[in-house]
Amino acid sequence: MTRPIASGRRRDRAYAGVPGWVMGVAAVGAAFVLLPLVAMVTRVNWAEFVPLVTSESSLDALGLSLRTSLTATALCVLLGVPMAVVLARTEFWGQRILRSLVLLPLVLPPVVGGIALLYTFGRRGLLGQGFEALGVTIAFSTTAVVLAQTFVALPFLVLSLEGALRTVGTRYEAVGATLGARPTTVLRRITLPLVVPALLSGAVLSFARALGEFGATLAFAGSLQGVTRTLPLEIYLQRETDPDAAVALSLVLVVVAVVVVAAAHQAGRSGGARLRGSS
Amino acid sequence: MLRSTRRRALPAVAVLGGAAAIALSGCASGGAADGAAQPPESSSASALEGSITVFAAASLKGTFTELADEFEAEHPGLTVELTFAGSSDLVTQIAEGAPADVFASADENNMAKLVDEALIGPDAPVEFATNVLQIAVPPANPQGIETLADLARAGVAVVVCAPQVPCGAAAAAVETAAGVDIAPVSEESSVTDVLGKVTSGEADAGLVYLTDVIAAGDAVRGIAFPESAEAVNVYPIAPVTDGQNPEAALAFIDFVTGAEGRAVLEAAGFGAAP
Repeated sequence: MTRPIASGRRRDRAYAGVPGWVMGVAAVGAAFVLLPLVAMVTRVNWAEFVPLVTSESSLDALGLSLRTSLTATALCVLLGVPMAVVLARTEFWGQRILRSLVLLPLVLPPVVGGIALLYTFGRRGLLGQGFEALGVTIAFSTTAVVLAQTFVALPFLVLSLEGALRTVGTRYEAVGATLGARPTTVLRRITLPLVVPALLSGAVLSFARALGEFGATLAFAGSLQGVTRTLPLEIYLQRETDPDAAVALSLVLVVVAVVVVAAAHQAGRSGGARLRGSS
Repeated sequence: MLRSTRRRALPAVAVLGGAAAIALSGCASGGAADGAAQPPESSSASALEGSITVFAAASLKGTFTELADEFEAEHPGLTVELTFAGSSDLVTQIAEGAPADVFASADENNMAKLVDEALIGPDAPVEFATNVLQIAVPPANPQGIETLADLARAGVAVVVCAPQVPCGAAAAAVETAAGVDIAPVSEESSVTDVLGKVTSGEADAGLVYLTDVIAAGDAVRGIAFPESAEAVNVYPIAPVTDGQNPEAALAFIDFVTGAEGRAVLEAAGFGAAP
């Protein structure tokens, strides 16, 4: 969202006029982010690391986290792409307010999101009662975890993609339309291919957000090994009795997050390169 | 014991009438009247000043807030800073150097951790309260829960604490004692989360402390069960060895373990120390 799409204009590199003090402050900022990670690594009990992270409860939590985060990311793409397209390409009354509202989970404390979900999908919730009547219980199920993760992660995808759609503009789409392409064809052949890098980076942000989801899950889904206890919840619980296990699992979470972000960055770059090559 | 000093002084200030009497009877808001009623005997006690930081288990929030107000009213020069969190969080914070003068834990394990770290003297902890589990159900009690055994029935959504936290250890102990095997739909990391699942109607029943049921008021119904006697939670309190204000810390602990403390804790559902 903050990173513009990888436009790959190498000429930008020639610009070297960054003032020294900006570099200095940037270094302080980087240290502020990295130092706590280093501090955490220094507390890892390496002798016990492997048994700690391969215990049954740890593996259950990691597996559940990966499964639910991937499902949540898929849901984010499914719902988020149309949302971004509508927000970027149409104008209607109340659009600005609607945009602010759908992005609300970005700024909402996750636990508030969890409470709101509870009142929607809970047994006595707005929709939950209907589901209950159909014999579907969402409370305390893995579905509840996915819903909580999707709720907090969706704005990241919408925001990245909407920004990219606005930057790309509508010229090509207009040309396509004048040549007789139907709206769906324009969307599939022109609009979406232009924003593939932003879609990828948005999906990665969503995945990372879903992976780290804690507050909404705790408030809405509960915590049971293998069903609703994701890695962040397992870390929170382990910390009560076994700080070593909590630190070890925290490190696993950091590594997974770093790997995912790096992989997506790579994918985003090659996606961008393919696009440039074809245009 | 501070209280008894004050009681002896009562006749001397009887002329002040109702206002002072109200202040003395435990209403913490009467600061001005209380100051006027300050008897000379307690001048040494009121010499306590500065501030003390009390780290207390989350379940003590209501009672310790009330007690701190009363204590401050008795010692106008002193402020009591309260921090509430899960006992194990507080232990971590104190062990990492958070400035605390007094630590009140919801279980003996967490107190023992600080004794092991030499942050609390080995003989310092004093037991001041106990708490037992109750079954909390929504007011309508949709599943007709009456006993602990009812929680093991199929189709009853029960929420308990995870075994890693004190309320979960207590839940496991009562299950063993009763020979009941509950398959919970969720194992929460705090008793507040268990209560939340019951008050919101997500769960049919939960195992929480008696004090939580009382604090929740009409939002839940509490059901006592005999097996709860098998897992009585004991609350210890102690001064932290490198606290900044040891004299005031000890005075506060005396206050909590004394008559005033007992009265407030009892009203909230805490049992007397064993």
